[in-house]
Formats: sequence, C-alpha cells, structure tokens
Amino acid sequence: MKLELRGITKRFGTLLANDHIDVVVEPGQIHCLLGENGAGKSTLMNVLYGLYEPTEGEIRVDDKPVSFRGPGDAMAAGIGMVHQHFMLVPVFTVAENVALGAEPTKAAGFLNLDQTRQRIKEISDQYGFDVDPDALVEDLPVGVQQRVEIIKALVRNAKVLILDEPTAVLTPQETDELLDIMRQLKSRGTSIVFISHKLREVKEVSDTITVIRRGKVVGTADPAASTTELASMMVGRAVSLNLDKAPAQPKETTFEVSDLTVVAPNGQHVVDHLSFHIKRGEILAIAGVQGNGQTELTEAILGLQDRVTGSIVLDGKELVGRSVKEVLDAGVGFVPEDRTVDGLVGTFSVAENLILDLYDKPPFAKGISMSPAKIMENAKARIGEFDVRAPSAASAAGTLSGGNQQKLVMARELSRPLRLFIASQPTRGVDVGSIEFLHRRIVAERDQGTPVMIISTELDEVMELADRIAVLYKGRLVGTVPSGTSRDILGLMMAGIPPEEHAHTPQAGTPAPTSNAEGADHA
Amino acid sequence: MPDQPSPKHAQENQQGADTTRDAAAPAVEETAAVVAVDTAGGAMQPSAVPATAQSGQLPGGSETVLRRIFTGSGMVSVLAVLLALIIGGLLIAITDKQVATTSGYFFARPTDMLTAVWNAATRSYIALFQGSVFNPRGNGVAAQFAPFMETLTIATPLITAGLGVALAFRAGLFNIGAQGQIIVAGILAAWVGFALHLPFGLHLLLVLVAGIVGGALWAGLVGLLKARTGAHEVILTIMFNYIALYFLRYLLNTPAFQRPGESNPISPILDPSAVYPQILGSQYRLHLGFLLAIAATVLVWWLLNRSTVGFEFRAVGANPKAAQTAGINVSRSTILVMAIAGGLAGMSGVAQVAGTEKVLTDGVAATYGFDAITVALLGRSTPWGTFAAGLLFGAFRAGAVQMQIQTGTPIDIVLVVQSLIVLFIAAPPLVRAVFGLNPRRRKPARAAKSGQAATTGGAA
Repeated sequence: MKLELRGITKRFGTLLANDHIDVVVEPGQIHCLLGENGAGKSTLMNVLYGLYEPTEGEIRVDDKPVSFRGPGDAMAAGIGMVHQHFMLVPVFTVAENVALGAEPTKAAGFLNLDQTRQRIKEISDQYGFDVDPDALVEDLPVGVQQRVEIIKALVRNAKVLILDEPTAVLTPQETDELLDIMRQLKSRGTSIVFISHKLREVKEVSDTITVIRRGKVVGTADPAASTTELASMMVGRAVSLNLDKAPAQPKETTFEVSDLTVVAPNGQHVVDHLSFHIKRGEILAIAGVQGNGQTELTEAILGLQDRVTGSIVLDGKELVGRSVKEVLDAGVGFVPEDRTVDGLVGTFSVAENLILDLYDKPPFAKGISMSPAKIMENAKARIGEFDVRAPSAASAAGTLSGGNQQKLVMARELSRPLRLFIASQPTRGVDVGSIEFLHRRIVAERDQGTPVMIISTELDEVMELADRIAVLYKGRLVGTVPSGTSRDILGLMMAGIPPEEHAHTPQAGTPAPTSNAEGADHA
Repeated sequence: MPDQPSPKHAQENQQGADTTRDAAAPAVEETAAVVAVDTAGGAMQPSAVPATAQSGQLPGGSETVLRRIFTGSGMVSVLAVLLALIIGGLLIAITDKQVATTSGYFFARPTDMLTAVWNAATRSYIALFQGSVFNPRGNGVAAQFAPFMETLTIATPLITAGLGVALAFRAGLFNIGAQGQIIVAGILAAWVGFALHLPFGLHLLLVLVAGIVGGALWAGLVGLLKARTGAHEVILTIMFNYIALYFLRYLLNTPAFQRPGESNPISPILDPSAVYPQILGSQYRLHLGFLLAIAATVLVWWLLNRSTVGFEFRAVGANPKAAQTAGINVSRSTILVMAIAGGLAGMSGVAQVAGTEKVLTDGVAATYGFDAITVALLGRSTPWGTFAAGLLFGAFRAGAVQMQIQTGTPIDIVLVVQSLIVLFIAAPPLVRAVFGLNPRRRKPARAAKSGQAATTGGAA
C-alpha cells in the first residue's frame, strides 16, 4: 500500500506544528521521520492516524484521497500505530488486549477469544515473536508488550505501521530485536513509518529518511549519510557529536554509599544493599533500564525517601536521615529526572525558578524579605550563561521548550559551589543542540573537582559522559565497569547479567572487579 | 508556544497581570498594585479596568480544575459579574407586575412589555446603586455618601476573611473554615472585650490580638492535622465550622458569656474601650476595622510577593513535589499558611464584635465565612482582587435593602446574582462563549473540518 501525505498543515492557534509537509511512503519501505523533540513528527502522525484534523492538505492511500474522522477510520484503511506510551490494559491477557476494540463474537454476543488466540499464534509464529496469548500484559517485559502492540496492528491487517519513538523504553538488546522485527515486516510487504531521533537506529534500519525541523520538511537523507550530517540537518546547524572530554583526573573519594537499601511503600526493596563511591573530579554514570531503582536511589540521597537504611556519606557527613534542605545545604546539586514534576514550578517565572532552592539565602533574601532586584540580576546572568531561550526572565517557566526548561534547572543547580552534583536523565526530551551544551557543562563541573553522578537510561549518554559506569538491575548493582566498555556488554548487564559471564567478548576490555553475582539466573 | 503579550499590551493590562499571575513579574506587580489601589478607592468595580484579553492560562504544570477556577483570568471575573447582573435583571423583570400585565398583550404592542422589562431592571439596579454608593436624594453631602460608607463597613469582614481563603488557596489549600475561624475569634475577642476592663488603647489591642490568635489557632489546628495525618482540609474545616458554632451556642448559655438578666443567648455589650473607633465620625458605622483590612491586604500582598514565606506558600501551592525537592518543608508551610489564614479570618471576627455588633451572638459570623470563599474566588485569590471583590459584595449587601424598600424587588435577588457570579466563574468557557471570546484555535479547526469534509466529499 502506498501512503502519501500531501501538503499537510496543522495549526494550533498561532502555532504552526506542521507546515505543508509532503511525505510518500512506498510499499514495503521503512521510512524514517527524523526530527528533534517538538519538530512536529508526532503531530503529523496523529494527523495520519485520524487523531487530529489537518488544517490543510490531504492524505492519499494508493493514490485515492481519504479522510479519517478517527483512529477507527485509519485502522480500516490499513494504518496501524504503536504509540510511545503503550495503549494496553495491564490486567487483561494478551488475547483480550488484542481483541479489545474489535472483539470477535459468537452467537448471542459471546466473546470469541479462541479466534483471537489463533490469530496471535499465527502472527507470533510467522515473525518469531514468542508471545503467549494467555499471559497477563502486566507480567510481560516492556519489549514483549511492544510486540503485543504490533500484533494488535497486524491482526487488524495494517499495511502501514507507524512506530512512534519505539526504542525509547527498550534495552539495547530489545532494540536490536525490534529492528529485526521491522526488517521482517518489511520483507513481508508491510510499510513502516519509523519516528525517532536516535541516529544510530535510524541509519541502521531506514530505506528513506525524511528530516523534519520546526514543522517543515527540510529534506530527505540517505541512510548512508554520516551521523554528523544527519544531526546537523535535524538541528539546522553544525553539531559536534563527540564530547572529546579530557580524561578524568580523580582525586580523593568524598562521596560514598554503602549498603543502601530503600523500601517502597509496597514493601519491595527498590534499592537493595547498594554500595558505590565517587571520587572528586570523576563522573560515575548509573546505567540501567528505567524502573530499576534509579529514581529511589537519587531520592534517598536527597532525603525524599522515608524507609532508608545503610549509609550515604558526603565529605565525612552522614546524609541518611537528614532533611532535603540540609542535604542541599551540604552542597548537593540535584537535577531531577522529571523536570516538570520535580524540577520546576511551571507557573513561576524563569527568575523565580532560578532561585527555587536558593530563595532564602543571601543575596536573594534578608531575613524573610526577598530582593526582587537581586533575583532579576541573577536571572539575567544565568539566562546569559546557559543560553536559556525565554521571552524574558518574567515569563512563566512552563511556557519554555523542554530543552530550555532543562537548561534552566541545570543553570540553577550549577550556579552555586557544589560538593556533589547529581543529574538524573540530564538530557531527556532535549534536542541534540542542547544536549551538546549540557554535556559540556557537566564535564566542566567535573573538571572543577566535583564528584558527579549521572543517572541515564540512554546508553549513548552513559558512554559519552561516564568515567566509570555502574549498572543497576532490580535495585542491585550488577557491576561497575570502566568507560570504554562495549555497548553489548553494557546491554547484557542492563538485563542483569554480570560482566564475568561474558568476559570472552572480544572488545570487552577489562571488566571491573566489583560485581555482584546476582542476576545470573536471569540469563 | 503561545505568543507573549507585547510590552504595550502588557502595560494596558497591568490589572490583568495582577489578578491572573502575580507570581510573574515583581516589577509589573508593584505598578499593578498601585493601579488596583487607585481604582479600589475610587470606583466600585476596580476590576472593570480593561483586563487582559489573554486567557492567562499557562501551559505546562499540573493544574487542577479547582486551581484553574481559583486563579484564572480577571477578565472572566468581570464578565461573570456582568453576565450575572444581566440575568439578575431579567429575573427582576419576570417578577415585576408591570411586565406581567404588559406581556398579556405582547403581540399587540410588544414595545410596552420591552419598556416594562427595561424599567423594572434599571429601576432596581439604580436603587441598588443608590443604596450602596451614592444617594443623590440624600440630605447634604454626608448623607449622600452614607450608602458608600455602609458598603465599606459591610465589606470589611468580607475582605479579611476573603484574604484568608485566598492566601490558603495560593498554598494549595481549600480553606472552607473561615466561618468557624470568625466564630472562634469572635468568642475570644468578645470575652476580652466585656470581661476584662482595661485602659483605652490597650484594651482594644488585646481584643484584636485575642481574635487573631483565636482564628490562627483554630485554623492552625487544621493545618497541623493535615500535615501530620494527611486528613483533607476541606472535611476538617467544614467539621471545625460546626464545632465552633455549637461551642458558641453552648457558651452563650453559660454565666460566663450570657448577659446578666437576659434569657436570650446574647453576651454583655463590649466595653467602650474595647470597640473600634468610628473613623469618620458617629454618623457612619465605618470603623477602624476597614483601615486594618486595607493594611491586611497590603500585608498579604507583601507576604505573597516579597517574602520567603510567601515564596514557599506559592511554590507549595503550585507544585508541591518541586517545592519539596527544592528543600521547602511542605508540612511547615501547610501549618503556617493555615494559621495566617485563620488570623486573617479572625480579623473579621474582631470587626464583627468590636466594630459593627458590639455584642456576641450566635449570628456573629452571619454568612461572612462562606461569602469569603466567593469573594476569594471572584478576586482570583490575589490580595487586591479579593479586596475589590469584597467591596463589590459589600455593595450588593448594602444596596439590597434599599432596593427592596424602593422597588419591592426582593433582597434574595442579590443572593441569586451572587450565586450566578460563582456559577459563571466556575465555567469560564461558558462566559467566553457568551461574549464570543473563546480562543480562536477552535474556530479554524472546525472550519477546517467542515471545509475538508466538503472538499473530500466533492472528490469522492
């Protein structure tokens, strides 16, 4: 099936999200839409899937214009979509989820799940999906849940499959498996629209790349083009993708976590007897798939978790049991993983957000009286230093783009003398141009002799920034490895397999000595 | 991203900036406050100064519906009042005898009925105005302005209690308990006023302190329970209202509070040294409490916009998780803001017993505590907005009596208008739709929809 978008324009008020976009998806092709966050990729796909009405333009399927009033119409026309956040009911089985929305029925309206089971088995065998139709979705790993979404589309006879940022939630191994599935689907005639901003994957799997910037198609690229080329097309200026940081010059250890355990409200040990240390002037990256205790670890350090045992020592001072304020006052700079929830007050001005944890310190306050002039002065300085693009220091932080919000949080946390810097997902949802800048600032902080802890689920980021890498799996430390460790080994470690198990891997280098044998049974 | 207002635009709309997001710009804030003071002193509806046409909604941030309603655009407030008055006018017309008579021959002479409708509504509203602002038939300037002084008098407890509700709301707490806080403050203030006999000055000061402390403790207890146990403040404050009311009724039947030789539940009259002086002479009821209400408004403004405490309150109200991550003690803020809110409501209690009533009865709080919620709502939880809304509601109450005497329009119509105001404020899209102010984005979308349907329909 040939899918064509002609002159699609989508306007939200004065905001032009899509500006006369033309895209042709040929049958049996993997067509990649490459663009930064907020470039308008998802809007375009939502138009295609019938979730938005285009302001102008038309959609053609096999050269016939169509109009979709909702996802139902799009599905009927053979378009299937796998959203970034899965649309599955966790307490339903795979078969029930697949049937949902188009339930096959027997006489008198009884559900005919056997038919669905049969279809799932067929598709599963055909593509080697290995999905049990009777498993509960909530028990399945994320990668398998994604396959359920794909099956859902295939059961409905999708000829064009839209995958919206499908690799964001996957481990490197799962990503590779997904790329394989995509190739298989292609070989059987299914067209795929692949939305991503991760250059490596895009290059690996695409037949055609359309680059979108600020709602416009800026051109098409060949998958053989270099990453730097693609990145600069995406961002609109030359970007350097290599950080080229100087080797770390670690000094004494000033931050040490030993035997740290955090118990969640449900009694689960979300951080389980964790021990590690960071030296002054080095970056320790904590890698791992999302939800393996990273959030709780940072919250425990900051004093936001209640049930914490073990010890966290910074500069000889015990941090466990202290209030957040005391921890911050001890010189901890903290960039939370979700800036809009924990890092910013959206309705506050940029200037106010820049002093969110400094509001009661001089020079911003004398006693309980705050000094608006000093706050403004500070805002102007930080906005300039970190290149925060805001209409003014008085504009609400919630109106800034993700990248600028992140710069704002980073500017605040790096604007005072630090004894420890913790950044969780420092570049999540941030465009390539800003990533470069933020990474340089983190390295600069390291070079000033601050111990730096980076928590990231993006392997590229971990490998780029880290001097040492610690991998978390189910709240435990799988191992700590040096920065040069290969992507494959890190990928396996993220699945819970400690480095010794695959020490023979050629480019393995020297796996680090500190490692728990835990997780071997997950192999 | 939504376009930012141009500087010129912003200047015209300083009032709007004040009523919508005074978190934004301290500099703009200051001038906005000045504008607000001017208009508040001069006109009845300061918010009638052209408010921003921008909806004032900020994208991002997890705003609850309640929060949007409480801190939405000042424009909606003004339009809601206007719309409520129009509908109130129609209701007045419907109950009017002349209108009923003329409607009998509507098809013969429609103008008769339309004239009658117009006359009925305008007569009532003119009476309302004369009863609340300026009465041209008054005997001399003093009498002509007497209605306005009455408006200020009635507005006094509304303003301070409204500030209490507004302040708590800015910290994310829905304080329904102004009623109970007024009552507890009234009990303490009245007792100090009639049971102790102290010199001039000191006595009144002690009455004021007793009232404020009473309200602060009563509300602070709610804050403490919420912070320690997680109990919801709405339920707590409602229950605390009942406790306060029935405790007052009990007290008024005990020898300590009941006036000697009186069988009704009424306290002795407060000592002359314990009551607010009448600031414009004895011909008006207007008392010192009004000046204190102005001072309280300034104080709350300063607290919210210029103090670290207010910064904490606002941060906790807007995003408690971010506030906590930034090291702000959310529990402490909860307790403190409730205590201050209770203290402000306590000032209303003092204004009642030491200002207007001079005795303590079980009607000491009237419905001020509940009207305060409406006032804070109409004032968009900003100090000067609340002040202005308090004056407006004071005017309604003062004028309603005159309206009934002059035109026979029942006082209840004012309550209907007040209720309609709340209703419209709670439904901003409705108000904007009525005045054709809905964001433009919807129209092109619909136009595109039908347009596209037409084109594809033609092509198919």
